[in-house]
Amino acid sequence: MASVQKREIAPSVSVTQPARKRQRWIGYLFILPWFVSMIWFDAIPFGMNLYLGMTDYSVGPIEQANWIGLENFERMLDDDLFRQSLANTIYYIVFSVPLTLILAFSIALLLNTRIRFLGLFRTVYYIPSIIPVVAASIIFLWMFNARAGAINQILYAIGIDPIRWLTNPDYTKITLVIISLWGFGAQMIVFLAALQGIPEQLYEAVAIDGGGLRARLRHIVIPLMTPTIFFNLLVGLIASFQVFTTAYIILGPNGGPLQSGLFYMMHTYNNAFRYFEMGYASAMSFVLFLIILAFTLLMIWTSNRWVYYGDE
Amino acid sequence: MNMIENRRIRLLRQTTIYLTLIAGSLVVFFPLVWTISTSLKTPEQVTVREVQLIPDPVAWENYVDIFDLVPVWRFLKNTLVIASASVFGGLVTCSLAGYAFARILFPGQRVLFFILLATMMLPYVVQLIPIFVIFDRLGWVGTFRPLTVPRLLGHNAFYIFLYRQFFRGLPSELFDAARIDGCTEVGLWWRIAMPNSKPVAAAVGIFAFQFAWTDFLSPLIYLGSKQEMWTIALGLNGLKGFEGMGSTLPMMMVMSIFMIVPMLVIFAFGQKYMVQGVTVSGLKG
Repeated sequence: MASVQKREIAPSVSVTQPARKRQRWIGYLFILPWFVSMIWFDAIPFGMNLYLGMTDYSVGPIEQANWIGLENFERMLDDDLFRQSLANTIYYIVFSVPLTLILAFSIALLLNTRIRFLGLFRTVYYIPSIIPVVAASIIFLWMFNARAGAINQILYAIGIDPIRWLTNPDYTKITLVIISLWGFGAQMIVFLAALQGIPEQLYEAVAIDGGGLRARLRHIVIPLMTPTIFFNLLVGLIASFQVFTTAYIILGPNGGPLQSGLFYMMHTYNNAFRYFEMGYASAMSFVLFLIILAFTLLMIWTSNRWVYYGDE
Repeated sequence: MNMIENRRIRLLRQTTIYLTLIAGSLVVFFPLVWTISTSLKTPEQVTVREVQLIPDPVAWENYVDIFDLVPVWRFLKNTLVIASASVFGGLVTCSLAGYAFARILFPGQRVLFFILLATMMLPYVVQLIPIFVIFDRLGWVGTFRPLTVPRLLGHNAFYIFLYRQFFRGLPSELFDAARIDGCTEVGLWWRIAMPNSKPVAAAVGIFAFQFAWTDFLSPLIYLGSKQEMWTIALGLNGLKGFEGMGSTLPMMMVMSIFMIVPMLVIFAFGQKYMVQGVTVSGLKG
């Protein structure tokens, strides 16, 4: 209480009018660099992206681009690679996002059982998340190599025939999903922090009611974790829609055999920076933006049915 | 009887948990162990069919030869140029903006803060091409500027948001007292806000460095065609060109280790702040 009162009284007594006015201008000055960057790297690009998507812009002065309306969007419907890249991306998301979430949640639960060496285990599981993506991709590129890779060496040692992880179109996407699981530690850390914030009394209440571990999980942990699950799911979804670097490095820009690992962003990248179809690529990125927006809104819209935000 | 039974179940459960966690750790760590092992192999040893974790003989010379094969120092210098811009922006420009949003009242603040939050939600994909076109028109493609200028200007809503949240949590008395003593806003930011916000500043500094160090797509787009300007990440990817021959495999692993080690060192010292930063964004987001 005392601090609240002080806060109200002190400035009105001590700060004179001109000083306050000066303060305000300083405020604008402080945010000016960010404001400039926001205009040039957020606002203008956002508008420009939509505009370019309606033109046949390639390279050179923007004025030379011809307005072609919705032609780029119609073209997507006939573009086999577009459809394939979208399907590949959805395939990747359907496996990668839930599996990462379940893995991160399960390990966080195990770590939250008052075990010893908690710090050590947490560090070990988190470390893959700080490995630069390029390095991780190069490492996995070779681990999954059909001839010299460690994975096939291990399979060979236990008597399983080598699998062509990166050259058999049936395996490329699964391989990338497996690789994506390696980075589950970042989500695990968030889950663990949330789990540690659950008050002990709630567990005691379950114990008094005669509930075991399962009741704990079902009636306390999972309901209280839904906001964190929601957050991790949303972030994971948005990131997976834009999956690029790992696949680009491991499979090359064309997405490996029969374009089986060509993801949406790679197709967009190819059109923009390899074929210089900037207009078409802009239209594609706008569509991806709409897809991401739709999913985000859908998740927020359904969230009040399953996300528990406490008694507000 | 029941007690013993319970104990046995608990022991069994404990053992299962530990075994699972240890097995998981081995799986998670295996790629790194394999990388170190492969980086110390000769090209002939690489193609052997059996798993061989400790190479015989150990090819220490790979760590010397890499400098002949790849201009490591140049790539490192290029990366550090970009990283220092990123860190400077994260520590100075972003914190100033965060301070203004948290501690200075000015007209339009709420709207501007809303815009800040909105840009956080904007997926990178809609900006990628137009930003490239803007930099292309400015003639900046093939220079470091597309990678440094936005960062120097504090083009990172997330960092600003982190600072703002933290500065708001500091007690007002600290600021009021200094204000009465005639401290300017710049002074308040530098002498009161920043020294009391070391955890956030550390987290942002680390994230900013980490971002610049690991970024791939932006350097690829802006510097990809100019090999003398490549970052470490591009240099490592460039080694892939020789793929067909297993001969460069150990070298690629050496380069990977060069990329990984600084991150591990930073993690060792800044783990607390990084974990805080990650969880704060996760729990409050």
